[in-house]
Amino acid sequence: MIKLTNVSKEYPKRGYALRDVSFHVRKGEFAFLTGHSGSGKSTTMRLVHMAERPTSGEVRVTGYSSEVIGDRETWKVRRRVGYVFQDFRLLPGRTALENVTFVLEVTGVPRKELTPRAHRLLGQVGLSAKAGAMVNELSGGEQQRVAIARALANDPFVLLADEPTGNLDDRATRGILDLFWEINARGMAVVMATHDLELVRRHTQARVLELDNGRLVYDSQGA
Amino acid sequence: MHAIREALAAFRRAPVLTGLSAAMVGLALFVVGLFGLATYNLDLALTSIEERVEIVVFLHDDARQSEIDLVQAELAEIGEVARVRYVSKREALERAQQDLPEFSELFTGMEINPLPQSLEVELRPNARNPEAVERVADAAAGYPYVEDVRYGREWVDKLFTLRRVGGATSAVLGAVFFLVAALIIATALRIAVFARRDEIHVMRLVGATNGFIRLPFLLEGAMSGLLGGLLAWLLTYWVYRGVYAFLFAVAWVPATWVLGGIALGVVFGVVASGLAIRRHLKEV
Repeated sequence: MIKLTNVSKEYPKRGYALRDVSFHVRKGEFAFLTGHSGSGKSTTMRLVHMAERPTSGEVRVTGYSSEVIGDRETWKVRRRVGYVFQDFRLLPGRTALENVTFVLEVTGVPRKELTPRAHRLLGQVGLSAKAGAMVNELSGGEQQRVAIARALANDPFVLLADEPTGNLDDRATRGILDLFWEINARGMAVVMATHDLELVRRHTQARVLELDNGRLVYDSQGA
Repeated sequence: MHAIREALAAFRRAPVLTGLSAAMVGLALFVVGLFGLATYNLDLALTSIEERVEIVVFLHDDARQSEIDLVQAELAEIGEVARVRYVSKREALERAQQDLPEFSELFTGMEINPLPQSLEVELRPNARNPEAVERVADAAAGYPYVEDVRYGREWVDKLFTLRRVGGATSAVLGAVFFLVAALIIATALRIAVFARRDEIHVMRLVGATNGFIRLPFLLEGAMSGLLGGLLAWLLTYWVYRGVYAFLFAVAWVPATWVLGGIALGVVFGVVASGLAIRRHLKEV
């Protein structure tokens, strides 16, 4: 499903962000990508999302290879991969519902189905009651739930979350993690990047991939 | 459909920003419009002066009618010549009496008519330059019964120089105004696109195709260009009316110029938006 093979990424000024990283995340897996800041977590996520291309090696996401796919085709990968950011990246000045319908609309969902589907998605993240609220009036945890509903809109096979709890308090963090496990229980893979080792330790059933200085130094599955 | 809805929604959501960018487009095109109005009127003025460029061929009194007819016919054959008109001695006198009423008594009292008969040679519009005038004048002077050929040589030279200087100046100024307008429009629409980069990012993020993302912005650019073009038309027309009413008579530019200007606004708008969005499409 997601397969990195000997992936290195070098930036012209910063040097190597990733060196020879290989791992394989299968369907329905729950994996944490951990490491200190600057260890290469975000770069890995961006590579999987095809926002960047590796300097060497190959990134494969559901049959699309970084070696073949053109810049004009990355949208095909993006419709199969949900993405959640630390800073939510919602559209301010629009309601929670509008933020979700926006995504459905721009990916070609027929107009009639927009609102019912968006309501269903907000229901899945437990935000039905706040559908009509402006996103900037919601709490951080609630905003992240809107972002997750948005990421689920295309019915992706994997949810990528880059430090999704970085801006949240403990309670909101627990809520988001519970939601990820719920989503995972329905068969969707979840890959969450976090530097919070305490949080990783609390979820012993998840796979852990640890990056240090751009190298994969630990994989709880041993592969 | 989505694109049209989104483009209209942009005007609704941020009326000030989109209004401002349309206004900037309008003011930029207004400068071009004023320039067009000035150039058009200068050209009209020069053309009307040029129409007076004429060669007068004075003939001997004893030239026979058959000889005059021959000169007239042969001069009319020359490529640069539009028309040759014969003016008899009598007609010349009548004109003189009409044009110079203060001397009319003098003319009436004369027993013999001192004014010569002549041929007035009118040139084609594209042949009113010094070389052509001289060529025709030389041809006319070659006939034996031609007494003199007059065409105001210095005057034609000056007029022609003025036309050339004017043409070069307006080409350079026009290019500069165009460039300035294009830069202003590009900046205005870049700001409009920048204000919505979050939307572009989200769309890229969730897998909207580039074409899908781009289209509403191109339409928005076209609308800004159209509104700006209409605004520029209105402002230029006001200036025209003002000048006409308070300063001097000027002519309004042809309809094709107005339509061309508005079309230019639309094209600028679309191109500027397209360029502005390209950068954002590469970011995520």
